[in-house]
Amino acid sequence: MKIGVKILPKNEVLDTQGRAVEGTLRAHNRSVEQCRVGKYVQLEIPETDESKALARAKEITEFVLYNPLIETFELEVVRR
Amino acid sequence: MSKPVGIVRFLGTNCDRDVWEAVENLDLTPQWLWHADTFTPDDYSAFVVPGGFSYGDYLRCGALAAKSPVMQSLKEAAEKGLPVLGICNGFQVLCEAQLLPGALVRNEGRKFVDKWVELKLENSNAWSNLERGAKIRLPVAHGEGRFYVEPAELTRMKERGQIWWTYASENPNGSVENIAGVSNIQKNVCALMPHPERAMHEWMGGDDGRAIMGALLRA
Repeated sequence: MKIGVKILPKNEVLDTQGRAVEGTLRAHNRSVEQCRVGKYVQLEIPETDESKALARAKEITEFVLYNPLIETFELEVVRR
Repeated sequence: MSKPVGIVRFLGTNCDRDVWEAVENLDLTPQWLWHADTFTPDDYSAFVVPGGFSYGDYLRCGALAAKSPVMQSLKEAAEKGLPVLGICNGFQVLCEAQLLPGALVRNEGRKFVDKWVELKLENSNAWSNLERGAKIRLPVAHGEGRFYVEPAELTRMKERGQIWWTYASENPNGSVENIAGVSNIQKNVCALMPHPERAMHEWMGGDDGRAIMGALLRA
């Protein structure tokens, strides 16, 4: 089962990538209130049970994929 | 003969030779510690985790290196109170391994900075015995050197004297409270973004790096 891990920098941590993108959007008349740039990790987990796959992905994410000091994460089941 | 100084090497470490030279300059014996191996802490007098781009900075700087076998042994060494120094990427690795508090994120100015900076000693530890307030000059070279820690933890770090160096004039990366280097609570594990191994002789632009690397003579 494929599980997607969405990782974003925390709000209180200055996101320099997001700030750079904001600047470019502003320069091209496409201003947004805020832009934050994170990363997306897709894990293919050898589980057919959704809750087991999610639990495994959560353990993996907490082990190394994200740093709780500076980032938050969200999991999703990838159905395509 | 004194015990060797262990220098940790990951794939992508690139300041390892400089640290090796610095150790030899002090008439001490360096020895490589390969990332895929473990070691016996008591066989060494001290350890240095050099700068570079371990694992290509993939995922987060230092994150993958922090999980390597050599770091398990380094954690044991740290718990035994042996001196451990992290430089630049080594600082990032030690934070990711939770041997040091905080994290290092992208420079505020978004650019890689490569210049000499002035540092002020905030607290002494295993890696420096200068007077508090002493100033030295060292080169920095990093893109992700902005030290970040949550306010509550920062307060605790100050109370425990865990702030090691601050940038004395210009802050090159926007770190919280101009922090350039920190230590653990026991003050044997210390790390900084500037490169002491690149300032060992006047012909290198200055020899203030000896104020830190010289601690190896006391280890």
